[in-house]
Amino acid sequence: MTHHLVLRVIAKLLIPFIMLFGLYVQFHGDFGPGGGFQAGVIFASAFILYALVFGVDVARKVAPDWAVRTCIALGALIYGGTGLVSIFRGGNYLDYSVLSADPVAGQHLGILVIEVGVGVTVASVMMAIFFGFAGRGR
Amino acid sequence: MAMTVYMVVRMQNLFAVVMLGGIYSLLAAALLVVLDAVDVAFTEAAVGAGISTVLALGALALTTSQEKESKRSPLYSAAIVVVAMVTWAALILGSLDMPLYGDPTAPIHQHVADRYIAEGQRETGVPNIVTAVLASYRGFDTLGEVMVIFTAGIGVLLAFSAAKTRRPPKDETDGGEGGA
Repeated sequence: MTHHLVLRVIAKLLIPFIMLFGLYVQFHGDFGPGGGFQAGVIFASAFILYALVFGVDVARKVAPDWAVRTCIALGALIYGGTGLVSIFRGGNYLDYSVLSADPVAGQHLGILVIEVGVGVTVASVMMAIFFGFAGRGR
Repeated sequence: MAMTVYMVVRMQNLFAVVMLGGIYSLLAAALLVVLDAVDVAFTEAAVGAGISTVLALGALALTTSQEKESKRSPLYSAAIVVVAMVTWAALILGSLDMPLYGDPTAPIHQHVADRYIAEGQRETGVPNIVTAVLASYRGFDTLGEVMVIFTAGIGVLLAFSAAKTRRPPKDETDGGEGGA
């Protein structure tokens, strides 16, 4: 994969924008279409594009296996942990209204946090599956 | 969409089949946009047309990109067609009972949807009702979905790592239909 000059240049140009768009979809999901699932997939596709153009081994150095595996569990823990925090603050499980003094602000905060959890898990699972597939051929 | 499905069935070259699958997903996403389900269309475009096409190509790279000739008898194919037609007819028959699309008196619009639309903005402060329902009112469901994805990821990791350690030194290749 050393000779596809056009592909490499264009991929390098595109990847930051793909990641930026992923973050936009993640944090703008409250206002427009989008949310954790879509953002996670878009964010993972940036890494997958990088792996397709520059090779899986190089991409694995950028996103090492231990980091991807940790993030799979981390996202689920962020989601479940939000529920536990709302229990500790005297509400029901996953009742975000108690997360802040103002119920509406608490709801907003809770939605934002669990969407981050969803995004982290989805992105890292997609990357893990892709690296698993692509790394097997050799 | 029917055309792409027909081509998928007829094609022998699996690479083209995967590409047609991506096109089908993109058309489905366009259809969902027409139905005003932008969030679902977004997911369909990203997951259906994007990630699953890439994963299917990865599976093809591990196996083969040419479909094998089927050795089944024509009677077998005819039986499959009959079963498919009966299922299709049953589904069409079932859909006749459904309320018309956009009918405001349909049961689905009478239950909790009104409350989400009327109170969602005030209770959660989130303008996108889909996000409010997904993350707040249906928080447990979404937690379950995340757990499904989590489990899928763990399962794939386990399957691949087990295959790696059990593989004998001489690199044997699997038969035709491994992969996905």
